[in-house]
Amino acid sequence: MDQPPKIYLYRRIVLAKLFIDEHYAEDIDLDAIAGEASFSKFHFIRLFKMAYGKTPHQYLTRVRIEQAKLLLEKGESVSDVCFAVGFDGVSSFTHLFKRFTKMTPSAYLRQQQQRKEEIAAAPLKFIPGCFAAQNGWI
Amino acid sequence: MHTDASMGPGKRWLTVTPPEQPDLEIALMAIDEGMMFKKDTAEKMRELVKAGTFGYAVFECNDLVATYEELTARGVKFKKPPTKEFYGFEALFVDDSGNWFSLGEKKKED
Repeated sequence: MDQPPKIYLYRRIVLAKLFIDEHYAEDIDLDAIAGEASFSKFHFIRLFKMAYGKTPHQYLTRVRIEQAKLLLEKGESVSDVCFAVGFDGVSSFTHLFKRFTKMTPSAYLRQQQQRKEEIAAAPLKFIPGCFAAQNGWI
Repeated sequence: MHTDASMGPGKRWLTVTPPEQPDLEIALMAIDEGMMFKKDTAEKMRELVKAGTFGYAVFECNDLVATYEELTARGVKFKKPPTKEFYGFEALFVDDSGNWFSLGEKKKED
Protein backbone atom coordinates (compact mmCIF):
# COMPACT_ATOMS: atom_id res chain seq x y z
CA MET A 1 0.00 0.00 0.00
CA ASP A 2 1.15 3.57 -0.65
CA GLN A 3 2.48 5.56 2.26
CA PRO A 4 0.21 8.49 3.08
CA PRO A 5 1.57 11.72 1.61
CA LYS A 6 3.27 14.29 3.82
CA ILE A 7 1.29 17.10 5.38
CA TYR A 8 2.52 19.82 2.97
CA LEU A 9 1.43 17.65 0.05
CA TYR A 10 -1.96 17.32 1.69
CA ARG A 11 -2.23 21.09 1.97
CA ARG A 12 -1.58 21.45 -1.77
CA ILE A 13 -4.14 18.80 -2.62
CA VAL A 14 -6.66 20.47 -0.33
CA LEU A 15 -5.92 23.85 -1.90
CA ALA A 16 -6.49 22.34 -5.35
CA LYS A 17 -9.83 20.98 -4.19
CA LEU A 18 -10.83 24.33 -2.65
CA PHE A 19 -9.79 25.99 -5.93
CA ILE A 20 -12.16 23.69 -7.82
CA ASP A 21 -14.92 24.36 -5.26
CA GLU A 22 -14.56 28.09 -5.88
CA HIS A 23 -13.83 28.24 -9.61
CA TYR A 24 -15.89 25.31 -10.94
CA ALA A 25 -17.92 27.68 -13.13
CA GLU A 26 -14.83 28.88 -14.98
CA ASP A 27 -12.88 27.16 -17.70
CA ILE A 28 -10.55 25.39 -15.27
CA ASP A 29 -7.33 23.97 -16.60
CA LEU A 30 -6.65 21.00 -14.35
CA ASP A 31 -3.14 20.61 -15.73
CA ALA A 32 -2.41 24.16 -14.59
CA ILE A 33 -3.60 23.30 -11.09
CA ALA A 34 -1.17 20.39 -10.97
CA GLY A 35 1.54 22.76 -12.18
CA GLU A 36 0.69 25.35 -9.54
CA ALA A 37 0.85 22.69 -6.88
CA SER A 38 4.28 21.86 -8.36
CA PHE A 39 3.47 18.23 -8.93
CA SER A 40 3.79 16.14 -11.98
CA LYS A 41 0.34 15.68 -13.48
CA PHE A 42 0.18 11.98 -12.71
CA HIS A 43 1.47 12.33 -9.16
CA PHE A 44 -1.11 15.06 -8.56
CA ILE A 45 -3.98 12.98 -9.93
CA ARG A 46 -2.90 9.99 -7.87
CA LEU A 47 -2.69 11.96 -4.60
CA PHE A 48 -5.97 13.74 -5.28
CA LYS A 49 -7.69 10.46 -5.89
CA MET A 50 -6.21 8.97 -2.75
CA ALA A 51 -7.66 11.83 -0.70
CA TYR A 52 -11.02 12.29 -2.39
CA GLY A 53 -11.74 9.00 -4.11
CA LYS A 54 -12.07 10.77 -7.47
CA THR A 55 -9.72 12.26 -10.04
CA PRO A 56 -9.69 16.08 -10.17
CA HIS A 57 -11.68 15.92 -13.41
CA GLN A 58 -14.29 13.58 -11.94
CA TYR A 59 -14.48 15.81 -8.88
CA LEU A 60 -14.95 18.96 -10.99
CA THR A 61 -17.79 17.31 -12.91
CA ARG A 62 -19.40 16.22 -9.66
CA VAL A 63 -19.24 19.77 -8.23
CA ARG A 64 -20.76 21.19 -11.42
CA ILE A 65 -23.61 18.68 -11.34
CA GLU A 66 -24.31 19.35 -7.65
CA GLN A 67 -24.32 23.11 -8.28
CA ALA A 68 -26.59 22.58 -11.28
CA LYS A 69 -29.03 20.70 -9.03
CA LEU A 70 -29.09 23.62 -6.60
CA LEU A 71 -29.84 26.12 -9.38
CA LEU A 72 -32.53 23.87 -10.89
CA GLU A 73 -34.08 23.59 -7.42
CA LYS A 74 -34.30 27.40 -7.45
CA GLY A 75 -36.22 27.15 -10.70
CA GLU A 76 -33.62 28.43 -13.18
CA SER A 77 -33.82 27.26 -16.78
CA VAL A 78 -31.78 24.30 -18.01
CA SER A 79 -29.71 26.31 -20.48
CA ASP A 80 -28.98 29.09 -17.95
CA VAL A 81 -27.91 26.47 -15.42
CA CYS A 82 -25.73 24.64 -17.93
CA PHE A 83 -23.56 27.67 -18.66
CA ALA A 84 -23.71 29.03 -15.11
CA VAL A 85 -21.93 25.97 -13.73
CA GLY A 86 -19.26 25.83 -16.42
CA PHE A 87 -20.48 23.37 -19.05
CA ASP A 88 -20.06 24.54 -22.62
CA GLY A 89 -23.04 22.86 -24.23
CA VAL A 90 -26.52 21.76 -23.24
CA SER A 91 -26.23 18.32 -24.80
CA SER A 92 -23.08 17.31 -22.92
CA PHE A 93 -24.57 18.81 -19.75
CA THR A 94 -27.79 16.82 -20.19
CA HIS A 95 -25.83 13.66 -20.84
CA LEU A 96 -23.64 14.01 -17.73
CA PHE A 97 -26.51 15.16 -15.55
CA LYS A 98 -28.49 12.10 -16.50
CA ARG A 99 -25.56 9.83 -15.77
CA PHE A 100 -25.26 11.20 -12.23
CA THR A 101 -28.89 11.73 -11.27
CA LYS A 102 -30.68 9.20 -13.50
CA MET A 103 -32.91 11.90 -14.92
CA THR A 104 -32.60 14.77 -17.36
CA PRO A 105 -32.13 18.34 -16.08
CA SER A 106 -35.60 19.33 -17.29
CA ALA A 107 -37.20 16.36 -15.54
CA TYR A 108 -35.28 17.27 -12.37
CA LEU A 109 -36.40 20.91 -12.67
CA ARG A 110 -40.05 19.83 -13.01
CA GLN A 111 -39.77 17.33 -10.16
CA GLN A 112 -38.23 19.89 -7.79
CA GLN A 113 -40.75 22.60 -8.61
CA GLN A 114 -43.56 20.15 -8.06
CA ARG A 115 -42.09 19.08 -4.72
CA LYS A 116 -41.75 22.71 -3.61
CA GLU A 117 -45.39 23.36 -4.45
CA GLU A 118 -46.45 20.24 -2.56
CA ILE A 119 -44.41 21.24 0.51
CA ALA A 120 -45.97 24.71 0.49
CA ALA A 121 -49.48 23.32 0.06
CA ALA A 122 -49.23 20.44 2.52
CA PRO A 123 -46.14 20.77 4.74
CA LEU A 124 -47.31 18.08 7.16
CA LYS A 125 -46.87 15.47 4.45
CA PHE A 126 -43.12 16.13 4.71
CA ILE A 127 -42.76 16.42 8.49
CA PRO A 128 -42.39 13.28 10.63
CA GLY A 129 -45.66 12.63 12.49
CA CYS A 130 -44.02 12.34 15.94
CA PHE A 131 -42.37 15.75 15.55
CA ALA A 132 -45.57 17.37 14.27
CA ALA A 133 -47.58 15.84 17.12
CA GLN A 134 -45.10 16.97 19.75
CA ASN A 135 -45.47 20.53 18.51
CA GLY A 136 -49.24 20.32 18.39
CA TRP A 137 -49.42 20.65 14.59
CA ILE A 138 -51.65 17.61 14.26
CA MET B 1 -30.79 21.01 1.69
CA HIS B 2 -33.30 18.19 1.68
CA THR B 3 -36.60 19.48 3.09
CA ASP B 4 -37.68 22.91 4.23
CA ALA B 5 -41.30 22.75 5.37
CA SER B 6 -42.79 25.69 7.24
CA MET B 7 -45.82 25.56 9.53
CA GLY B 8 -45.74 29.33 10.07
CA PRO B 9 -43.27 31.86 11.50
CA GLY B 10 -40.57 30.12 13.58
CA LYS B 11 -42.15 26.73 12.98
CA ARG B 12 -39.95 24.92 10.60
CA TRP B 13 -38.82 21.41 9.69
CA LEU B 14 -35.45 21.80 8.01
CA THR B 15 -33.20 18.93 6.98
CA VAL B 16 -29.93 18.67 5.09
CA THR B 17 -28.20 15.72 3.55
CA PRO B 18 -24.65 14.94 2.41
CA PRO B 19 -24.67 14.90 -1.43
CA GLU B 20 -22.96 11.50 -1.48
CA GLN B 21 -25.35 9.98 1.05
CA PRO B 22 -28.78 11.35 0.14
CA ASP B 23 -30.68 8.86 2.28
CA LEU B 24 -29.22 10.37 5.44
CA GLU B 25 -31.26 13.37 6.61
CA ILE B 26 -29.96 15.61 9.38
CA ALA B 27 -32.57 17.83 11.03
CA LEU B 28 -31.42 21.32 12.03
CA MET B 29 -33.27 23.03 14.83
CA ALA B 30 -32.75 26.21 16.84
CA ILE B 31 -33.09 25.76 20.58
CA ASP B 32 -35.85 28.29 21.03
CA GLU B 33 -38.97 28.54 23.07
CA GLY B 34 -41.90 27.16 21.17
CA MET B 35 -40.87 24.17 19.11
CA MET B 36 -39.99 21.24 21.39
CA PHE B 37 -38.94 23.46 24.33
CA LYS B 38 -40.52 25.59 27.04
CA LYS B 39 -38.71 28.85 27.85
CA ASP B 40 -36.69 27.61 30.84
CA THR B 41 -35.92 24.27 29.19
CA ALA B 42 -34.62 26.10 26.11
CA GLU B 43 -32.34 28.23 28.26
CA LYS B 44 -30.94 25.21 30.11
CA MET B 45 -30.53 23.30 26.88
CA ARG B 46 -28.65 26.17 25.23
CA GLU B 47 -26.28 26.34 28.21
CA LEU B 48 -25.65 22.60 28.08
CA VAL B 49 -24.99 22.64 24.34
CA LYS B 50 -22.67 25.63 24.74
CA ALA B 51 -20.76 23.83 27.49
CA GLY B 52 -20.00 21.00 25.06
CA THR B 53 -22.20 18.42 26.75
CA PHE B 54 -23.45 16.87 23.55
CA GLY B 55 -21.39 14.96 21.06
CA TYR B 56 -23.52 12.21 19.67
CA ALA B 57 -22.82 12.23 15.95
CA VAL B 58 -20.04 10.43 14.16
CA PHE B 59 -19.06 11.25 10.59
CA GLU B 60 -16.71 9.34 8.35
CA CYS B 61 -14.58 10.52 5.47
CA ASN B 62 -12.23 8.91 2.99
CA ASP B 63 -9.15 10.72 4.15
CA LEU B 64 -9.09 12.27 7.60
CA VAL B 65 -5.99 14.44 7.24
CA ALA B 66 -7.18 15.93 3.94
CA THR B 67 -10.66 16.56 5.34
CA TYR B 68 -9.19 18.09 8.50
CA GLU B 69 -7.02 20.43 6.41
CA GLU B 70 -9.98 21.40 4.23
CA LEU B 71 -12.41 22.04 7.08
CA THR B 72 -9.76 24.02 8.97
CA ALA B 73 -9.19 26.13 5.85
CA ARG B 74 -12.96 26.72 5.74
CA GLY B 75 -12.95 27.93 9.34
CA VAL B 76 -14.21 24.87 11.21
CA LYS B 77 -12.87 24.63 14.78
CA PHE B 78 -11.43 21.33 15.96
CA LYS B 79 -11.12 20.36 19.60
CA LYS B 80 -8.90 17.44 18.62
CA PRO B 81 -6.79 17.20 15.46
CA PRO B 82 -6.50 13.84 13.68
CA THR B 83 -5.20 11.48 16.34
CA LYS B 84 -4.43 7.78 16.26
CA GLU B 85 -6.49 6.27 19.06
CA PHE B 86 -6.56 2.59 19.97
CA TYR B 87 -10.04 2.40 18.43
CA GLY B 88 -9.17 4.23 15.24
CA PHE B 89 -8.03 7.46 13.58
CA GLU B 90 -10.21 10.30 14.80
CA ALA B 91 -10.64 14.07 15.04
CA LEU B 92 -13.29 16.08 16.90
CA PHE B 93 -14.85 19.27 15.55
CA VAL B 94 -17.21 21.72 17.15
CA ASP B 95 -20.09 23.67 15.61
CA ASP B 96 -20.89 27.29 16.41
CA SER B 97 -23.42 26.32 19.09
CA GLY B 98 -21.09 24.00 21.01
CA ASN B 99 -22.15 20.60 19.66
CA TRP B 100 -19.15 18.45 18.88
CA PHE B 101 -18.76 15.67 16.38
CA SER B 102 -16.40 12.84 15.79
CA LEU B 103 -14.83 12.55 12.37
CA GLY B 104 -13.30 9.22 11.49
CA GLU B 105 -11.72 7.67 8.45
CA LYS B 106 -13.22 4.86 6.41
CA LYS B 107 -11.09 1.75 6.32
CA LYS B 108 -9.20 1.66 3.06
CA GLU B 109 -9.55 -1.37 0.84
CA ASP B 110 -6.18 -2.72 -0.14
